[in-house]
Amino acid sequence: MGMTHTDRVYDKELQDLRDQLLAMGGRVEAQLAASVRAVVERDPALAEQVKRADAEVNRLEVQIDDACRRILALRQPAASDLRFIATALKIVVDLERMGDLAVNIADRAIDLAQAPQLRPFHDLEALADLTQAQLRKALDAFVRADAAKAEEVIAGDDLLDALYLKIFNELLAWMMEDSRVIRRATSMMFAAKHLERFGDHCINLAEMVVYMVRGTDVRHPHSRGTPGTT
Amino acid sequence: METARPMSMLVRPPEAAAPAAVAGEAVRSTLAPAPKLVVEHLAAGFGRATVLRDVDLAVPERSILAVIGPSGCGKSTFLRCLNRMHELVPGAWARGKLLLDGDDLNAGDVDPVLLRRRVGMVFQRPNPFPTMSIRDNVAAGLRLNGIAGNHGEIVERCLRQAALWDEVKDRLGASALSLSGGQQQRLCIARALAVEPEVLLMDEPASALDPIATAKVEDLLHELKARYTIVIVTHNMQQAARVSDQTAFFYMGDLIEVGPTDRIFTAPRKQRTEDYVTGKFG
Amino acid sequence: MRSFRLRKARNLAWTAICGLAVVAALLPLLSLLWLVVSKGGAGLSPRFFVDLPAPIGEPGGGVGNAIAGTLLMVGMASLLAVPVGVGAGVFLAEKGDGKVGSVVRFTTEVLSGVPSIVVGIVAYGLVVVPMKRFSALAGALSLALLMVPPLARAAEEFVRLVPSTLREASLALGVAQWRTSLRVVLRTALPGLLTAVLLAVARAAGETAPLLFTALNNQYWNARPDQPTASLTVQIFNYAISPYEDWHRKAWTAALVLLLLVGALNLFARVLARGRLRGAR
Repeated sequence: MGMTHTDRVYDKELQDLRDQLLAMGGRVEAQLAASVRAVVERDPALAEQVKRADAEVNRLEVQIDDACRRILALRQPAASDLRFIATALKIVVDLERMGDLAVNIADRAIDLAQAPQLRPFHDLEALADLTQAQLRKALDAFVRADAAKAEEVIAGDDLLDALYLKIFNELLAWMMEDSRVIRRATSMMFAAKHLERFGDHCINLAEMVVYMVRGTDVRHPHSRGTPGTT
Repeated sequence: METARPMSMLVRPPEAAAPAAVAGEAVRSTLAPAPKLVVEHLAAGFGRATVLRDVDLAVPERSILAVIGPSGCGKSTFLRCLNRMHELVPGAWARGKLLLDGDDLNAGDVDPVLLRRRVGMVFQRPNPFPTMSIRDNVAAGLRLNGIAGNHGEIVERCLRQAALWDEVKDRLGASALSLSGGQQQRLCIARALAVEPEVLLMDEPASALDPIATAKVEDLLHELKARYTIVIVTHNMQQAARVSDQTAFFYMGDLIEVGPTDRIFTAPRKQRTEDYVTGKFG
Repeated sequence: MRSFRLRKARNLAWTAICGLAVVAALLPLLSLLWLVVSKGGAGLSPRFFVDLPAPIGEPGGGVGNAIAGTLLMVGMASLLAVPVGVGAGVFLAEKGDGKVGSVVRFTTEVLSGVPSIVVGIVAYGLVVVPMKRFSALAGALSLALLMVPPLARAAEEFVRLVPSTLREASLALGVAQWRTSLRVVLRTALPGLLTAVLLAVARAAGETAPLLFTALNNQYWNARPDQPTASLTVQIFNYAISPYEDWHRKAWTAALVLLLLVGALNLFARVLARGRLRGAR
C-alpha cells in the first residue's frame, strides 16, 4: 500500500509535473554546457543559439507554474504531495534563473569572441565543470528523492566558492599587470561570477529537495522556525 | 528506470523523527497550556471485538483536536469514550484512564451522568428536541435536569456564543424544527454550551450541512476555542486542517499519529498518515 | 421503441389491476356503511341519544343509558389498561431486548390472540363470581384485558420511532436515563401514544362478547360500577336477536350510533397521528 493514489489521475498529474521539472532541469544543464563551450571555444554562433533556446526554458517555467497552481486548487495536496508541489514552485524559479545565467554567460562569450583571445584559462572550465556537476547532482537528488545527495550538493558549494575566489584574484592580478586586458578580463570575471551564482541556485534546489524528502527546512539554520510552530 | 517510478515511492515521510522538528515541538509543548484532557491506555470495543487499542493522547486546554481516519477506524468510538456514551451500547466496554484536569472519569465509581455535564457533545446530524421551542432547546439541559427557573440570560448567552442569537432572537418561542439545518446544528451547539461543559465533543458536526453552513460552524469553532477544549471527529481532512491545532490519525483501531495539525498535513512521520492525507488509501 | 410501448402498456395494466384491488377492498366497507345508514338512519333523532329504551309496543325510546354505559365502562377500562399497556410498551421499547422483554412480548402476543369471549369468561370468574353480581367493573376489566396487548404493541412501536439521536442528545447533556425516557422519549412519542390509546378505546367500545356475561345489561340509567350496566353493543345484540320488527330497526340505529362513535375516535386518532409525524420531522 501507499504506492499510488486512490485517484490515479492525480497520480498521473504529479508524475507529469515531475517529468516536466526534469525536462526543464535537463534543458538548463544543456544551456549551461553550451554557454561555457561558447566561451571556451570562442563560438558566437553557439552563444546565439543558447540565447534563442532560453525561450524554451521560460516556456517550461510557465507551464510548470500552471500545473502546480492547478494541482493546488483542485487536489488540495497534503504531506509529501504538498511538499513536492511547494518544492516544484520554488525550484522552477531557480531553474529559470539558471537559464538566464546561461544566457548571461553566452553574452560574455559573444563579447569575448569579438576581441583577441586572452591566454587560455583552464580554471574557468574547471569552475564550469564543477557547477555543472552540482546541477546534475541536485537534479539527481530530486529524481531519487535522495536527501543525502542533496546535502552533498550543499557541502560542495564551498569548493565552488573557493575556485571562484581563486579565479577572481587571478583575473585581478592580470588586470593590474596589463591594463589592455581589463575589458576582456572583466568579461571573464563576469562569466565566472555567473557560474558562481549558478552554483548558488543549485544549493537552493538541493535545500528544497531536503525539505521535500524530510519535511524539514534546512535553509538559514539560525533564523527560522520549525514546522509545527505557527 | 528511476524516472518511471511514481513520485510517491520516492518521497517517503521520515519514519525516524527529524531532530529539528522534535526540538521545536518540545519547546512548543512547554509553552502550551497544561493538558485539559488526557487519555491513557484507552481500549474499547463491543463484546469480543476490539475497536480501539491502547490510545494515549493529551488535549491542551482551549485547543482543538481533530480526529481523522477512514470509516471504521475507531474515531467515533474514541469520541464516544470521552463522554462515556460508548458504554450505553449493549455489550460495549472501555478500559483505560480518562483524565479531566487530572481526575480519572473512567473509574468505576464515577457517575457518567456527571461526566457528561463536564464533557458536552454535538452530533453528526442536528438533533434538536422536536417538541421544544428554540428557547426550551437551549435550556433543555437545565430543565431536564430539574433546574427550574427562567433561563433567559443563559439562553441568550449560549445563543450568542453559538452565533445564532441574531437569527432567532425574535422567534425564541418557535419550534426548533423551523430552523434550517445549519441553524439547527448551531442550536445544538448552544444547547451543549448551556450546561457549561469544559470540553466539547463534536462528531462530524458539519457533515450534514452545506458549505456555507459548514463555514459558519467552522468559524464558530475558532471562537469557542477561546473558552472550551474541543475534540472534533471529521472525515473531511480539509476541515481538520482548517479548524484544528492538533490532529490525531486513527487507523483500524490504533492511534497512528498525533501532532500539530500543520505538521500532520505537511510532514507526517508515519507512512500510514502520509498515505491517508495524500489520498493513497484503497 | 417497441419495448417502450410494451412497457407503457404493462404499466397501464398493472395500474388498472391495483385500482381494481382498491375498489374490491373498499366495496365491503362502503356497502356496510350504506346498509347501516340506510337501515338505521331513519330512526336517528336527538331523543334517541338521551332516552331510555322503550318497552315493546311503545313508540320512541332510545339508547341513552347504553351510550352512557359504554362510556362508563370504556372509561374505566382505559384507566386500568392505559397505564399498564403504555408502561409495558415503553418498557419493551427501552429495555425490551433482554430476557424479561421477550417474556413480556410473548405474553402480550398470546393475550392478543385470546378470543374476546374467553376474556369475558375470565372476567366473569374473577369479578362476577366473587361479587355474585354482574357489574360495570367486570365489564371494564374484560375490556381492559382486551385493550392491553394492542396498546403495549402500539406503544412500543411509537416509542421505538423516537429517533435514538434524541435520546443521545439528552444523555449527552448529562440527563439521567430515567429522566431521558420520561421527559424526552415519552414526551416526543406522546402524540403517537395518544393515537394508540384512542385506537384501543375505539376497539373496546365495539366489543360485545366479553360484556354479555360481565356487565350484562340494564334497562335503566346506571352510574354505579358494581351494578349491571347497559352498553351499546349488548343493546344492539339484544335488539337484533329479538323477534320484533321495531327492535330490529332500533338495532340498526344503535349500530349507526356506535359506528359514529368509533369513527369519530378513529378520526381523532388520525389527526393526532399526523401531528406526531410533523413533530418528528
